[in-house]
Amino acid sequence: MAEPGGDGLAFTCPVPLIGTERILLAHGGGGQLMHRLIEQVLAPPLSNAALDARHDGGVIALPSGARLAMTTDSYVVRPLFFPGGDIGSLAVNGTVNDLAMCGARPLGLSAGLILEEGFPIADLGRIVESMRRAAQAIPVPVVTGDTKVVERGKGDGVFINSAGIGLVGEGIDIRPARVCEGDAVVLSGDLGCHGIAVLAAREGLSFETTIESDCAPLWAPVLALLDAGLHIHCLRDLTRGGLASALVEIAEAGSASIEIREDLIPVRDDVRGACELLGFDPLYLANEGRFVAFLPAGEAARAVEILRQFDPARQATRIGDVRPRDETAVAMRTRYGGRRVIDMLSGEQLPRIC
Amino acid sequence: MKFVDEYRDPDRVRQIAAAIARSARRPWTIMEVCGGQTHAIVRFGLDELLPDTVTLVHGPGCPVCVTSVETLDKAMAIAARREVIFCSYGDMLRVPGSCQDLQRVKAEGADVRVVYSPLDAVRLARARPEREVVFLAVGFETTAPAHAMAVRQAHNEGLKNFSLLVSHVLVPPAIEAILSAPGCCVQGFLAAGHVCAVMGVAEYAPLARRYHVPIVVTGFEPVDLLEGVRRCVQQLEEGRAEVENAYARAVRPDGNPAARALVSEVFTIVPRKWRGIGEIPASGLGLAPAYAHFDAERRFDVGAISAEESAECQSGLVLQGRKRPHECPAFGTHCTPEHPLGATMVSAEGACAAYYRYRRPRGEGLEAYRG
Repeated sequence: MAEPGGDGLAFTCPVPLIGTERILLAHGGGGQLMHRLIEQVLAPPLSNAALDARHDGGVIALPSGARLAMTTDSYVVRPLFFPGGDIGSLAVNGTVNDLAMCGARPLGLSAGLILEEGFPIADLGRIVESMRRAAQAIPVPVVTGDTKVVERGKGDGVFINSAGIGLVGEGIDIRPARVCEGDAVVLSGDLGCHGIAVLAAREGLSFETTIESDCAPLWAPVLALLDAGLHIHCLRDLTRGGLASALVEIAEAGSASIEIREDLIPVRDDVRGACELLGFDPLYLANEGRFVAFLPAGEAARAVEILRQFDPARQATRIGDVRPRDETAVAMRTRYGGRRVIDMLSGEQLPRIC
Repeated sequence: MKFVDEYRDPDRVRQIAAAIARSARRPWTIMEVCGGQTHAIVRFGLDELLPDTVTLVHGPGCPVCVTSVETLDKAMAIAARREVIFCSYGDMLRVPGSCQDLQRVKAEGADVRVVYSPLDAVRLARARPEREVVFLAVGFETTAPAHAMAVRQAHNEGLKNFSLLVSHVLVPPAIEAILSAPGCCVQGFLAAGHVCAVMGVAEYAPLARRYHVPIVVTGFEPVDLLEGVRRCVQQLEEGRAEVENAYARAVRPDGNPAARALVSEVFTIVPRKWRGIGEIPASGLGLAPAYAHFDAERRFDVGAISAEESAECQSGLVLQGRKRPHECPAFGTHCTPEHPLGATMVSAEGACAAYYRYRRPRGEGLEAYRG
């Protein structure tokens, strides 16, 4: 053992790895690294009011006064087929959900397919059929598409990019900056099924029960909230990075702090079990059919009641409140009364050693 | 959820915390050895439930944190070779060596893969006989049986393209190193329950006797952890220094004899460098002579690689319980999970990462963030 000499110890440490010159897989994890890539490299050269709102979609005003929301998302999931969904249903629901989070009725989608040489056409047929079913359920037409083929080894079977446009209703103004003190935080359902379902399918992990992805369209429950005349300040679907990253992003964009309660956040037992086993935190797991709504606390009970009428939101519940801004952006009251800081993940969640 | 919820019951947690407050009359400093315990303590806020008289300090039991820079440099040198598929547990990918980490080596083209079990690496070696499959075998006594199993399986199958870069460490020599260091302030230990589930408890009795410290074998849930603290405080107040098993549902006195036999067949005890601490004699496991042909260090001739660690990071003090993470001047400013100065900030089980994640108020760390 090194002999410590007073306070100037012999202990040493490597030079820090400041920044990176190349894209790491962790840049895609929806955490701090991606956030920084967007804020430092991607967004500044393209800056404009719609982009700078940092919402799930950009809102464009037409000369007629109507407002369109536009969004785009790329889907690179592996495996392509997983319990509860596939890349096709994901591409439709994910893009529609981004529009829904702007309070926009989906009008049309695009489907850009990047196919790898050698990919079975029968599998492609299954994916497109799944897109058809998902689009019909909403309903929204896929109005345009594009197909490219790359050499074997240059893709991962199928990548899909899907853009969507939607119509923002009159008087609707949903964006992170509107979140304010006195708002309640309503979560639409239990956390983490999508993340665990895809991980289990990819890594061949099996649990006592099959955990299915929560992949679902969210426009119908959002529309019901809007139709009820509730004053929705912000909506955010919980995708990569999970509930924690979504709340931190919103708190950073707004001017308030968010406090949630651990005992109110629904997580299924089998998802919790998988998390215990792998060392994951359900707050950071990916979801594809869950969202949070911020609205005045007095309207929270009504919102929960409305949401619970919809399949993907049967477990909707109020999980916390927006408070005056303090030094902590997002905090969680633990079951034992302690207070824990909730931060964005650095990169991806990595399974622990022991 | 069975086996979890009953050990997270808020009422039981409060009862035990109250019992500790009643019995702790003098100030005591107790170290939890394992990083998993540290994380649970901070995540659940258990230290906030303790009376001011009881201070928990965090021990060296995070395998990611204590893996030496040298081992990481060797890992990256091997991983960069064209013929190699380099397999590792996920959380080793972000730990910096001298100037790189495995995820950057991967981004530059190395074939680095995350596996969940060493047996996945054996399977890969079987499926890809034209490639060299190397597994980074780090961890305490907990992961050693699975690694030994992988080596024996590869041996039985006659796999020629499988090898291990071994950097195993052992708990009792680390406890002894902490106790014998000048200025040691630790008066009692919570031993790592899962390590004892493999190794049993016999190794701890000589330490308890020689240094007159109570050592309580402790689990990982809130009720387990506080019960460990309660028993440790009780011993301290009564002037006893015994080995006590507070995790009897998982730990038998002789541990898991089959696992121990396998480990002692495949591995042998060696001196080991600990990151931030230095070399501790007889504190690691290396491959036994009969299995030396599975040693990646020999196969790829990286034995000569050596690395110096530098001065700003105080993880060595943190790992010995002599400093708490937020007492380090670099904490949250020069040192964050994205830009870790030391491994205690990298690993999910590292004490600095636990403090950063659960305790850091808004504002701290922004300097590095803007960097």
